[in-house]
Amino acid sequence: MPKLLIRNGRVIDPANSLDRVTDVLLANGIVRAVGDKLPARGAEEFDASGRIVAPGFIDMHVHLREPGFENSETIETGSRCAAAGGFTTVCCMPNTNPVNDTAHLTRYIIERAKAAAKVNVFPIGAITKASAGEELASIGAMKAAGAVAISDDGRPVMNSRVMRRAMEIAASFDLPVIDHCEDLNLSAGGDMHEGAVSLKYGLRGIPSCSEDVMVARDLLLAEVTGARYHVAHLSTRNAIAMVAEAKRRGLRVTCEVTPHHFAIHDHQILPFDSNYKMKPPIRCNHDVEALIAGIKAGVVDAIATDHAPHSVTDKMQEFERCPFGILGLETAISISLERLVFPGHIDLKRMIELFTTGPAAILNLNRGSLTPGLPGDVTILDLNSLWTYDVNKSPSKSRNSPFDGYAFKGRAVTTIVSGEIVWQAPC
Amino acid sequence: MNKGLLDIEALGRPEIEALLDRARDFQPLQQRKEKRLDLLGGRLVVNLFFEASTRTRISFEIAAKRLGADAISISSQGSSVSKGETLLDTVSTLSAMRPDAIVMRHAASGAPHFLARHLPIPIINAGDGQHEHPTQALLDARTILDNRSSLEGLRVAIIGDILHSRVARSNIHLLAKFGVDIVLCGPAPLVPQELTGLAPGVSITYDIREALRETDIIMMLRVQLERQNETNFPAGEYSRFYGLRAENLALAKPDAIVMHPGPMNRGREISTEVADSSRSVILSQVENGIAVRMAVLEKVLQ
Repeated sequence: MPKLLIRNGRVIDPANSLDRVTDVLLANGIVRAVGDKLPARGAEEFDASGRIVAPGFIDMHVHLREPGFENSETIETGSRCAAAGGFTTVCCMPNTNPVNDTAHLTRYIIERAKAAAKVNVFPIGAITKASAGEELASIGAMKAAGAVAISDDGRPVMNSRVMRRAMEIAASFDLPVIDHCEDLNLSAGGDMHEGAVSLKYGLRGIPSCSEDVMVARDLLLAEVTGARYHVAHLSTRNAIAMVAEAKRRGLRVTCEVTPHHFAIHDHQILPFDSNYKMKPPIRCNHDVEALIAGIKAGVVDAIATDHAPHSVTDKMQEFERCPFGILGLETAISISLERLVFPGHIDLKRMIELFTTGPAAILNLNRGSLTPGLPGDVTILDLNSLWTYDVNKSPSKSRNSPFDGYAFKGRAVTTIVSGEIVWQAPC
Repeated sequence: MNKGLLDIEALGRPEIEALLDRARDFQPLQQRKEKRLDLLGGRLVVNLFFEASTRTRISFEIAAKRLGADAISISSQGSSVSKGETLLDTVSTLSAMRPDAIVMRHAASGAPHFLARHLPIPIINAGDGQHEHPTQALLDARTILDNRSSLEGLRVAIIGDILHSRVARSNIHLLAKFGVDIVLCGPAPLVPQELTGLAPGVSITYDIREALRETDIIMMLRVQLERQNETNFPAGEYSRFYGLRAENLALAKPDAIVMHPGPMNRGREISTEVADSSRSVILSQVENGIAVRMAVLEKVLQ
């Protein structure tokens, strides 16, 4: 296997408290050494001067749509989006068709990824069979097959008894439980955040309380069961306050937020444009402020995209008939730089943690740092690169992004997986 | 309004005034034996109704015919929508037949706005979901102006299911542009507090007596039982607390008028006695619908 020597980049490796200009040597697919003026010894040299060299970024929440919805995305096209967005690892949610609720399907996804994916793919198994919320899926067997967490993302477990049992089982296998927190009775029929804007457009609301009551329930169940519990795409100020309090009390609780939830509020939505329709919905201004405050305060453990491709045909409909979800992999880093780092809310090291050590710790992935011996996954950033996102050039099979045409400063320019360059930004 | 008429919110006051003035020109036509003008001869208007409607569809059809235009009405039953075609495909297919405008009623809020973003044909919104019903607000304003010299300074009570009402939204936007004092009233879940932010001059009360007191105009809304697929209010006590009857009508100004966009639920939101009283202008609203829609069609098609 070829060797790659990344020279003269500003290496930021939070796990090793490293932030200085130095070299990184990758060989045989792993990190071989980090240090000054490493000898080339036949390695291909890569000049990273002026760039940030970070451990490979991890997106712990994506939808790759395979099997079952290959007209929207496949493991291959989704993984190319990941590479183009600077991600070396993605974790795919189980709401495929069929739902990933068995060891067999988990293995199938891992095999497909080995054959077709540009980046590392870790499946997340379902909590209940077919994510129907009734019978528990084969949780232990999926973990043995390679699932890194369980979740009924998109179809929250409404039955509290089922959720309690799932947490007990997951805890016994040391598997985190990821919940999409939404009380389906409170959100029934809703299309966007309930508030002044939904009232103006005559769209039915998804109230903040539909998320809050489920977060509250889950935290109580996590306490009872001792489960490792993770809130997916947290979007409200009350939810972040509850997670902060649970952490203070020592519960094994974590949460992620998506770039679109901290970048946009509901008054900025283009009326009836389905590229702004997702769950949880774009919330209001004070929720956005609370999310950013939560990121600053260290309550948030990871930034995840909830990359949710839907075909153009599915999205070119009346707003209330369109499916929920937007693309996210290619814009996540740039949005995080623009909204979190450049305004000074967090520093670059903290942002890198949210994309590396944060998700790696939640999912027990032995990744997320440049410690020699770990997989040779590296994300190289250029903070000054000016670029415009053109969704029509996306490797995705779908086009549903509200950030199409958006001019950004800063992005991932090189994505390296197991020592191999899998993507480079066009110059 | 160069393209069509999607909503009242985006209209300026002068555009609204121009439409209301023009509608007044068309009003006397309704009394004449020869009712047809030939202002829009050779033009074609397609009325595309994806939701059941009698009065609005017929009103648009009559308005087009009175102006000399051809009008074709299509309802969702029997159209290709029931065969699984998308809305965008249906409407772009129709536009390829070169009508001059499409009048559309659709159950989804924003459906005409979505189409207007993707198709060049002018679209007139005849009611989109729970969003807006612009010609209803225009005909309501025309009807008020037939009974009052101006809209400024009036107090208007809108009573009923505001949350689900496109009529209420369009009326609130229109009346607010003219400095009207707007009082919304109904069961709390159907009149959320955030509605006060919809436009200037909007206030909320959950007591119908307070809403009616000293009011000039009373707009009763249909309690849309077909939209109550959830438990929003105790249906059994609705008319006791939010129904308009002779005894609470007495709280309003002596010359207050009673409006209703129809179809009415007699005995539920409005008593038969009030609906049929001299204070009721409900049939004038229907009649004015034609004049107002003539003004809108003329403006869009010219």
